[in-house]
Amino acid sequence: MTDATLAAAPPSDLAGRPQDGPSLHMTEAARARLRRRYAADRRFRQAGLGAVVFGVVALGFLLFTILSNGLTAFRQTELRLDFAFSREIIAPDGKVDPQSIRAADWARVVRETLQARFPDARDRRGARLVEALVSPGAQGQLMDMVLADPRLIGQTRSVWVLAASDIDMVLKGHADRAVPEETRRVNDRQLAWMDALEKDGALRLSFNTRFFTGADSRYPELVGILGGILGSLYTLAITLALAFPLGVMAAIYLEEFAPKNRITDLIEVSINNLAAVPSIVFGLLGLAVFLNVFGMPRSAPLVGGCVLALMSLPIIIIAARAALRAVPPSIREAALGLGASRLQVVLHHVLPLAMPGILTGTILSMAHALGETAPLLMIGMVAFIVDVPSGPLDAATVLPVQIFMWADSPERGFVEKTSAAILVLLVFLLGMNALAIWLRKKFERRW
Amino acid sequence: MANPAAAVSAPDAGRAKISASGVDVFYGAKHALKKVSVEIGERQVVAFIGPSGCGKSTFLRCLNRMNDTIAGCRVTGDIRLDRGDIYAPEVDVVQLRARVGMVFQKPNPFPKSIYDNVAYGPRIHGLAGSKAELDAIVEGALKGAALWKEVSDRLDSPGTGLSGGQQQRLCIARAIAVSPEVILMDEPCSALDPIATAHVEELIDGLRERYTIVIVTHNMQQAARVSQRTAFFHLGELVEEDDTSAIFTNPRDERTQGYITGRYG
Repeated sequence: MTDATLAAAPPSDLAGRPQDGPSLHMTEAARARLRRRYAADRRFRQAGLGAVVFGVVALGFLLFTILSNGLTAFRQTELRLDFAFSREIIAPDGKVDPQSIRAADWARVVRETLQARFPDARDRRGARLVEALVSPGAQGQLMDMVLADPRLIGQTRSVWVLAASDIDMVLKGHADRAVPEETRRVNDRQLAWMDALEKDGALRLSFNTRFFTGADSRYPELVGILGGILGSLYTLAITLALAFPLGVMAAIYLEEFAPKNRITDLIEVSINNLAAVPSIVFGLLGLAVFLNVFGMPRSAPLVGGCVLALMSLPIIIIAARAALRAVPPSIREAALGLGASRLQVVLHHVLPLAMPGILTGTILSMAHALGETAPLLMIGMVAFIVDVPSGPLDAATVLPVQIFMWADSPERGFVEKTSAAILVLLVFLLGMNALAIWLRKKFERRW
Repeated sequence: MANPAAAVSAPDAGRAKISASGVDVFYGAKHALKKVSVEIGERQVVAFIGPSGCGKSTFLRCLNRMNDTIAGCRVTGDIRLDRGDIYAPEVDVVQLRARVGMVFQKPNPFPKSIYDNVAYGPRIHGLAGSKAELDAIVEGALKGAALWKEVSDRLDSPGTGLSGGQQQRLCIARAIAVSPEVILMDEPCSALDPIATAHVEELIDGLRERYTIVIVTHNMQQAARVSQRTAFFHLGELVEEDDTSAIFTNPRDERTQGYITGRYG
């Protein structure tokens, strides 16, 4: 009977609408709905692709700008001159010892050599102009030669010396020769001398070794990045040595041992908030506590490392806790069921399995610390330091601060040095990220 | 229902190995287990059966104090292993768990080699004085778990690379390598296929000669096949505990009868 009534009723869909004709999913309306769904899919994919393309283009533009500005910094202009190590300038009273050699008037050696090469520069203005061809670093280079071999005194040697940054810029094409003379840093007379040297083959571009062995300088042609690199390495070493063990131990305690109560909740909230505190606040803390209360040295990587460790700690703790939480509870149960103590469970099973995640988080936070500038400004790591630091207690600066200081300098020669330093920093960051990936892969291979 | 295993018993089988009386378990405010009293005889297989959420796994985890690790879990009452109160304050949980081993529902080998999986327990308890002794323990445990023939040539390969049934037998080998007195099994076959299940059941029957075994199972045929005594749990209560043959042929309580005949569960 019920069957009969069902058969008699016109077919309807579940909403009660009458259904005659083609199946519900084969109507024109259904096809239109399907088309709209596919169109939405397509729009979403295109938007995603657009975002990726935009990112790639922006990155490419950034790299192109930095490379085109910075690559020239790895080469520098040198000029060859026949230096006369005249006895009357270097050893006027006949004494030849390191002290008197250091005290000699090396600027005069350079000036007289240049004037001998360019006799038309014997007037006072010409002397100043011709001296400006050569970097002040040349004096030190000549002095070192004589210190190494005092027999050079009284002889003449052909030596490649560093050119001044202005000459360097002209030769590299960063300074336009066509602009009016009064707006140029290198005037027509200097250009003529340059051309004369070039014609003699006494002007060349060579690899800029000093950039990788020196520290900061007032002269763009004399600067080096090693001071910044070592400063960064000392700082990061301190940061890692402090933040990694503290962070991992705190994470293990909070995740594996701490009772879940109001105090641990409060600690958890505090850690999450600390991870979002602006970094300069940590710099202020370092200034107030490490420098003023503890009297630690100003500008030292030790203090910088402490400050960055404070900054990295919450990030490491959060990453380590997430990695520990991701270890399946079945592993903990298995070990506990065998009679392992809680410490053994953590050390033998949980920590090894969480290590890839912990290391990845740590290295990313280290990369973050490597690029950090603001907190270090507060503790005096922004100082002008011409010596390569020999330890974490020496005054030093770090790569990003060095970049900041060079970018702030008015000389044209610093533009390429800034970009070159950015390249060095990027290489370091890439290296650290590669290390993170390698470590993760290495530890993950232990199934 | 025939139960040939029940007929054969080890000499001292039946003496109470574990006795529990008036055990209550609370998870926070939830009263998960109500006044459970039961005796588990030595060198016997005792099966806990009952519908999901009836408290059988909870009770099992009281026997080696695995419930200690669950926040908010409270156990009252008296559980004795060889007449010693296992919840007494002076009891060392590590020692207790060495005496009462456990096999879990899902095979959970450590992500280490087969050898290291089995050797882990003896190592942390310092049971082997030399490498040779440890090798002997590992071999004995793997033989005891009927796995030796299959893995003796690849002890260094990862334990996680074995099949599900082999992994579970590896977990049993890992448990017996510590020479426990009691082995608790929490639905050891629920993640295994029928053939692997048959292997593990055969193994349990063999292990009865040396160990007291408590097994939680959803599968009533399994309880009938492997156990001598069966306890039926329902809504946190121990309804009935008796010889397995009696439970399955002539249950006293109608709830038990309803469950074993499939009316609910």
